[in-house]
Amino acid sequence: MTTIIDASKNGGKPVAHGESHGEHPDYRLFGLLIFLASESLMFGGLFASYLIYRASTTTWPPEGTEVELLLPAINTIILISSSFVIHQGDSAIKKNNVGGMRFWYVATALMGIVFLGGQVYEYLNLGYGLSTNVFSGCFYVMTGFHGLHVLVGVLLILGVVWRSRREGHYNESKHTGVEMAEIYWHFVDIIWIVLFALLYILTRL
Amino acid sequence: MTQAELPLHTPPSQSQGHQHPEKWSWYHYFWYNTDHKVIGIQYLVTSFLFYLIAGVMALFMRAELSTPDVDLLSPELYNAFLTNHGTMMIFFWVVPAAIGGFGNYLIPLMIGAKDMAFPNLNAIAFWLNPPAGLLLMISLFFGGAQSGWTSYPPLSLITNNVGQSLWILAIVLVGSSSIMGSVNFLVTIFKMRVPDMTWDNLPLFCWAMVATSILALFSTPVLAAGLVLLLFDINFGTGFFRPEMGGNVVVYQHLFWFYSHPAVYLMILPIFGIMSEVIPTHVRKPIFGYKAIAYSSLAICIVGLFVWVHHMFTSGTPPWMRMFFTISTLIVAVPTGVKIFSWVATLWGGKIRYTSPLLFGVGLLAMFVFGGLSGVTLGTAPFDLHVHDTYYVVAHFHYVLFGGSVFGIYAAIYHWFPKITGRMYNETLGRIHFVLTFIGANLTFLPMHELGLKGMPRRIAMYDPQFTTINQICTYGSMLLGFSVLPFMVNMVWSWMKGQPAGRNPWRALTLEWQTTSPPAIENFDEDPILWAGPYDYGIDTQGAEEETVEEMLEEVKAEVS
Amino acid sequence: MAKEKETVPISLITLTLGIAVTGISFWYGQNNGLLPEQVSEQAPLVDDFFQVMVTIGTALFLLVEGAIVFIMIKFRRKKGDETDAPYVEGNLPLEIFWTAIPAFIVIGLGIYSVDVYSQMGGFDAIGSGIAHNHSHHSVEIASLPGSEANLLMAEGDNREYGMGATPVEGKLPPDLTVNVTGIQYAWLFNYPDTGIVAGELHVPVGKDVQLSIEAQDVIHSFWLPQFRIKQDAIPGEKTLLRFVATQTGHYPVVCAELCGAYHGAMRTEVIVHNQEEYNQWVAENQIAAVPDLNKAVAVQQERSDGAFLEPFVEQMGVNEHTVTALQHLH
Repeated sequence: MTTIIDASKNGGKPVAHGESHGEHPDYRLFGLLIFLASESLMFGGLFASYLIYRASTTTWPPEGTEVELLLPAINTIILISSSFVIHQGDSAIKKNNVGGMRFWYVATALMGIVFLGGQVYEYLNLGYGLSTNVFSGCFYVMTGFHGLHVLVGVLLILGVVWRSRREGHYNESKHTGVEMAEIYWHFVDIIWIVLFALLYILTRL
Repeated sequence: MTQAELPLHTPPSQSQGHQHPEKWSWYHYFWYNTDHKVIGIQYLVTSFLFYLIAGVMALFMRAELSTPDVDLLSPELYNAFLTNHGTMMIFFWVVPAAIGGFGNYLIPLMIGAKDMAFPNLNAIAFWLNPPAGLLLMISLFFGGAQSGWTSYPPLSLITNNVGQSLWILAIVLVGSSSIMGSVNFLVTIFKMRVPDMTWDNLPLFCWAMVATSILALFSTPVLAAGLVLLLFDINFGTGFFRPEMGGNVVVYQHLFWFYSHPAVYLMILPIFGIMSEVIPTHVRKPIFGYKAIAYSSLAICIVGLFVWVHHMFTSGTPPWMRMFFTISTLIVAVPTGVKIFSWVATLWGGKIRYTSPLLFGVGLLAMFVFGGLSGVTLGTAPFDLHVHDTYYVVAHFHYVLFGGSVFGIYAAIYHWFPKITGRMYNETLGRIHFVLTFIGANLTFLPMHELGLKGMPRRIAMYDPQFTTINQICTYGSMLLGFSVLPFMVNMVWSWMKGQPAGRNPWRALTLEWQTTSPPAIENFDEDPILWAGPYDYGIDTQGAEEETVEEMLEEVKAEVS
Repeated sequence: MAKEKETVPISLITLTLGIAVTGISFWYGQNNGLLPEQVSEQAPLVDDFFQVMVTIGTALFLLVEGAIVFIMIKFRRKKGDETDAPYVEGNLPLEIFWTAIPAFIVIGLGIYSVDVYSQMGGFDAIGSGIAHNHSHHSVEIASLPGSEANLLMAEGDNREYGMGATPVEGKLPPDLTVNVTGIQYAWLFNYPDTGIVAGELHVPVGKDVQLSIEAQDVIHSFWLPQFRIKQDAIPGEKTLLRFVATQTGHYPVVCAELCGAYHGAMRTEVIVHNQEEYNQWVAENQIAAVPDLNKAVAVQQERSDGAFLEPFVEQMGVNEHTVTALQHLH
């Protein structure tokens, strides 16, 4: 043991750096939070640009590039409720209920896929493209970029489900991966709420 | 009173069941490796190669500017060189060398950890750099990006689309690398310090890296957003920055400078950290005002996020913005001044050793003071309206980035060379290197102030003949500067192979990295490091007390073992 | 520190040094000769401000660099001395002092710079409103392809950045308005009152001139070094510069923002006439003025890069050979 000296000086407190590579469960959560803070700034840059364009243009969105509201509203409800669904999964694993966690996580992933399908359907039916004007550019870049994050989130969730097939991979005391997927999903959700407000509500005021 | 290494000689324990070899072979340095020390060296060596490439570009540009006419380079090539010189010096030399190189090499050692928090993420972050560099080199074969490192649209939309797109991809790659690295640094410093190391005796380099990482995390993504929009404009027909499609070119400038002003602090904050390590060690005196230096890094980091519009005083910015950002820019001078005065006070009354790291540190101080003063003048909108985009600006940022960052990196290389290689560098060559670099830098960059004030804009291959003489002085200076790299390279290569063995702690420094062997073992410390003095507690007559603690500890260890 | 020099008290040395530093700083502030001649009403304002900054900067430079040189000599390690220096960790009053002094200096400079900026006319950047009628022609020249774009930019047209009327001029309309268009790699000057289009800027001395600046292709920057003013020409956005020339003569107009390969050649002249000369110039050129401005621009655009260089050949000191070489390269 190399931690003798530390332990003797430290009253036997566990010493973090005595662990081996890559096994720092608590660090991963912390790292993810820092990363998401950074990631939100990227959306922040896009949101700020969007607001500047909006402020400097008389009709926003310009004629011919309006957005519809019904489908995105349904999509929004699905995405927001999926945050509650995934939280059920997290509660389940905290009670050591791996089956419950898998159920709720698969449900979340399905909701994410439905959301993405809705996005694609909306893209196909809008009737204008990326390069029609600045608004359509903003619309596709922002929603597309968010959609990419949803996709990554779905893959993360499915990854958690895949890993959980091994007995004891996750349990009530060891479930950082589960929590990380959940936090990431909430992040994607929060970004969507802002996006929805900017793209679908602010265009109607 | 000598405060050398600990008298602990317990055999290195190898009972941890890791599959590492006992020592890295040369080929381990050329492949994916998660050891933070290997990654640090990988960053340093690759970035130095880019320094040489970008330096050669600068020499070509200076040669072109020795006459007012266009004679050596075509104007397109000149613009490609100025764009890539700036890009490489910033994104492929100073940032990776100071943050990636020394940040990775030193942070775990300084805080007594075995490695970074996420070694794999760390290795991936490094390995984003070579492809990025490759993209940039490929772009040169297509003529290179030619719209300056700022790449303002619409110019960047209409000149050399292939080169520009490759340039954007390269920058997005190194930006991602920088974000990954910053996550790693923050988690490592927050969570992996040896148990006794509180924030009050954290080495100042680590403090500086905390500020640097926060800044990188908050600003880099915004640049990425701007560059992605630019990429879409170039390749996918969008019109974010095309006025004829309703776009707005000034939006790009905001997105760009929101990152790129903080980028200046990314390049100087780690150097400030290096200064705070180098100076106390070589003058054998505690750092003056530890807390002031630590907190001023954070102050620079926070204020630095709100000054970006001073690059846009002549652009489409309303008056209130020009005034607000004048004031916020001027405020940055206060925490920076605190640091400079603290270092001068650290030197005062010390026992100054004329070693190469100290010489470069003091040279940095001398150059940075000047660059800081010209920076204050540039920060005021009414004066900036005259000198913006002139050689005055070029002179200013070379004083802070060459005289600051590059001098700091040299100081750091000399200071930690014995630790990294286990051998001493040649002091005479180091001093020659310093003298040549110091004279060369001042000869090159000092006259540029006058050029700018008198009316010579930057980024031009052809200029008004009245400026010929001053430009020729700058060109001679740049040749000296180019030459000054030679003694450095000879010194590094020769000393790495044949230098005197250095021992654990040739400088008798107190930070933890000097407690282990030189070069350190694969997981850094044979026995876990002990924090037995503050990082800068030079000059405390504690020898007796220390021996007691050490003996006590030895007894405790024996008691535990038996 | 000065134990060995008991004959000269430390306060005396400090006093002497202080006087010397102050003297040198003031002298250098006044006599640095770094700025070109002053040709606009704004120039003396900027130069006085620069002088103040140079004076303060020189004093700080001498003190800090002097301290560094002194320290490096005085406190170098004696041979064989391996001991540490005395333990000094900090000094709170001193640290407060050197935080407060720069803070005062920069706050002072900040206030001063706001004042200078205001006197230069910076706060009137939104334009006096009169400029809009005049600049109507130029909107047409610069109108960018696509009618949708014009619709989108309708509101953007009202925002004008740059230098407007000084507080002294108040709401008075400028005496002369010139529309300036930057294209790769030339400046075009269009006098809406007389219909003159010129390749260099002619203004009468002592008159209040307003430039309405725009760019057709990429960002340029309109810089008059002798006037100490600069404003970017931004595609899709109009900017203003308003000044009063104070001295007749020929002065350079420089493009300061990288605008392409021949950015360095994008130079012309501002010619400050006295009133009679100016009137004469107007009279001579009004007859020859091309009424169809679009044609003028079109002609300009058809020229190759190399052709753009030709007007600058004399000024730039490039010879015939270089120009041909450039054309060849291009």
